Amino acid sequence: MSDAILEPPATTEPEHDPTLTPAQEAIARLKALYPDVISDETREGYEGVVVYADSLPEVAKSLRDDLGFNYLSSVTGVDIIDEGKLEAVYHLYSINRGGGPVVLHVQVNREEPLIPSLVPVFRGAEFQEREAFDMFGIRFLGHPDLRRILTWDGFNGHPLRKDWREPFYEEEHKPFGSRWPEGEVFRAEEKTPYGKNVQYPAGWLPTGDEYDAETDVYLGLSYSRDATPGLKTDKVTVNMGPQHPSTHGVFRMVVTLDGETVIDLKPVMGYLHRNHEQIGERNTFIMNMPFTDRLDYLSGASNNLGYALTIEKLFGLSVPERAEWLRILTVELVRISNHLWALGFLLNDLGAFQTPMLYNYIERELLVDFFEALTGSRMMHNYMRFGGVAYDLPDDVRGIPTLKFLEDMIYTRLPRVLDQGDDLMTNNEIVRARAIGAGYLSAADAINLSTAGPLLRASGVPYDIRRAEPYSYYDHLDFDVAVRYNGDIYDRYLIRMDEMRQSLRILEQLLPHLRRTQGAPIIGDKPQYALRAPRGGEAYGRVENPKGELGYYVTARRRDGNPQRYHVRAPSFINLTALGPMCRGYKVADSVAILGSIDIVLGEVDR
Amino acid sequence: MYGTGIIKGLGVTLRHFIQTYVDDLRWAGKGGRYYNDEAFAVRQSTQGEGVMTVFYPEEKLPVPERFRFVPFLVTDDPPPGQRWGHDWCTSCGICAKVCPPQCIWIERGKLPNGRPKPEPVNFYIDIDICMNCGYCAEFCPFDAIKMDHDYELAGYDRTTAHIHDKARLSKPLSYWQEIAPKRAEAEEIGRQLAEAAKTKKKSEDDGPRAWPTRLPVNCPIAARSTKTPRVQRRRKGAKTPGRALLCVFAPLRLGVKFLWSTMTF
Repeated sequence: MSDAILEPPATTEPEHDPTLTPAQEAIARLKALYPDVISDETREGYEGVVVYADSLPEVAKSLRDDLGFNYLSSVTGVDIIDEGKLEAVYHLYSINRGGGPVVLHVQVNREEPLIPSLVPVFRGAEFQEREAFDMFGIRFLGHPDLRRILTWDGFNGHPLRKDWREPFYEEEHKPFGSRWPEGEVFRAEEKTPYGKNVQYPAGWLPTGDEYDAETDVYLGLSYSRDATPGLKTDKVTVNMGPQHPSTHGVFRMVVTLDGETVIDLKPVMGYLHRNHEQIGERNTFIMNMPFTDRLDYLSGASNNLGYALTIEKLFGLSVPERAEWLRILTVELVRISNHLWALGFLLNDLGAFQTPMLYNYIERELLVDFFEALTGSRMMHNYMRFGGVAYDLPDDVRGIPTLKFLEDMIYTRLPRVLDQGDDLMTNNEIVRARAIGAGYLSAADAINLSTAGPLLRASGVPYDIRRAEPYSYYDHLDFDVAVRYNGDIYDRYLIRMDEMRQSLRILEQLLPHLRRTQGAPIIGDKPQYALRAPRGGEAYGRVENPKGELGYYVTARRRDGNPQRYHVRAPSFINLTALGPMCRGYKVADSVAILGSIDIVLGEVDR
Repeated sequence: MYGTGIIKGLGVTLRHFIQTYVDDLRWAGKGGRYYNDEAFAVRQSTQGEGVMTVFYPEEKLPVPERFRFVPFLVTDDPPPGQRWGHDWCTSCGICAKVCPPQCIWIERGKLPNGRPKPEPVNFYIDIDICMNCGYCAEFCPFDAIKMDHDYELAGYDRTTAHIHDKARLSKPLSYWQEIAPKRAEAEEIGRQLAEAAKTKKKSEDDGPRAWPTRLPVNCPIAARSTKTPRVQRRRKGAKTPGRALLCVFAPLRLGVKFLWSTMTF
């Protein structure tokens, strides 16, 4: 069955034109198919096409079924307040053929923003459309469960609209005038004391007597009083979290149970929400870099790379050779340290309390030491700059010359910890009994649910952005895309082991390049803090983060120092779309392990 | 055979258990495994085996030079009898403008005639807001703000103790040279090169420019930016019109420049 999904549709073959990229070809064919509802994108610096809102599901279905663009990566909104419009932007990719995206822009009236939902076509749009509804107030018609997702039900307004202002509003853009030259220090919480720092929508009672916010959550579940017919049983709805050791942070799973069996599950998130994207739109371009560290705080440098690539695409900057090698070095080390952490926690969720996790930590600790010596911070790396990296390799790490340290890690310690992990857990009968066959996700579902990263590849879809749309120097490096075919928890465990081994392969190839380019420049000369967009337009950059596809969608106006729209396609957030479908039919104890196998970080889920 | 996987796994645990004591024995004759600097350095390096725990606060991991935590202001070494010396900060405001969470407040000094004086009257950093990104130190053209290594800043009252003022932030240059000797040296070289280039340019009359191009290896960005201070470069490069025109245009240009510097980056 998985083969049927991976085979390119037969219809695309006859008209294959080698000079066109898959995306251009698809757009050309789309225009021929739907001449009335698709128009060219006329704005400077934008790609893709503009689609008439009512025809969107039809166009998307055609893209999925006829043209092979079967992976809906990103859905987001943009507020074009000058024209009184709201825009929804869709990025679709082809799993079979790789390459760039087909970008669909849908524009609707700002006063009455109605767009048909894509959930019937791509179930992976579910959470992303809820996010766009939450942030912009775009109403997606036909969405099965259109509620706020990141903010709470008593939130006033839609925070990413350009006319929304936070309770303590200082200025539209940073830097704020109050900081210099007449810097009179104040604390924001003195200006908006407790009680005045929140606004409620009209008719909302803060006491909550009038309206039970939880009702909507429970209504969204397939919940009913009559459980098994003939038996006097009830279905029970249980809240797991937000304070629960299994949820990896402040995260809640609302589970409907029949006995021990999960009938339906809804994730509830947003407890750590800080409106990262709106902060990003107040910030100048360079200011966003340290904020990206805080998304997936286990892989700071990797988040940096995604943002740097996006801005380099927007600004047209090039990167010196040594900087590229340093980027790959940090990103692959981050991948290993993230997977060491993730596997430790997955095994923790399976009942192997602490032991494998702490054994993995020893090596992770050394990697973190390396990052501390390289970037000055253990986790909040803030390492990339536009057109390069911030620092060259340090002279020594923990008293050992850096390259010697890297050799020790890459050739001795890291392979050893992977083998040790195999000895410790891979063939452990209890782990196998718990993990094999649990949380099954088929290849077709994995693609349709927009899952990414290890979750997608463990279901038998060999899709890795480092190969599908290579960035940096990945097309010069020799490595295999790790893939496993059973789509259960055990395969998600194994695929992370595989990926770490592949990362080690990449790192081994890097060392000679690092030696060869010693002393070469690591960054262009452009002063970073005063960057202004040389052109208007949009850019979507994506990287293969340890958790999956991390994408940044940035739009800017010409000569602006701040992004007009800054969106993060967070892999752990979108991978959670698959949590409910994966848990259905399994035991409640399995749902903990299934969540662990997705490997989420709440800093990125809630943003 | 069923159960071999578990037995193999327990073998790993056993190995770790024994390893701890092997390490104890190895250091038994050399001052012990704990509270021993030499043993501690080995334990924390790639050669470390067994338990890697740090007994904080009795043992502390040494922080690398680039370690960044809450900035401080560099001053000249204080003359005898005084607490700190002359500020290096010129209150140009670049750090306040580049600061991502906007945690820096600078009150610029004023000369008696009302013109700005290149010296901060007050300098505040709210360390609750500071995200330790290091941009202020990276983009400072005068090496006047640096990231500290002192991470033990816990206090009993966040409302008063967590806004550091100029007195609290100022630290002498010798402190910076002590915590980051290599970087301090690289920056010193950078400043000297810039100074040399400046005097050389003064002597040459509109001759070819001789900016230093070769940078020291491992030279941080902050040090490199000192070699070609942007303000300096712009002033030198500007062609001056005739003297008569100058007295008309100079105030105008100054005004525009001032507006430019205050309103934008």
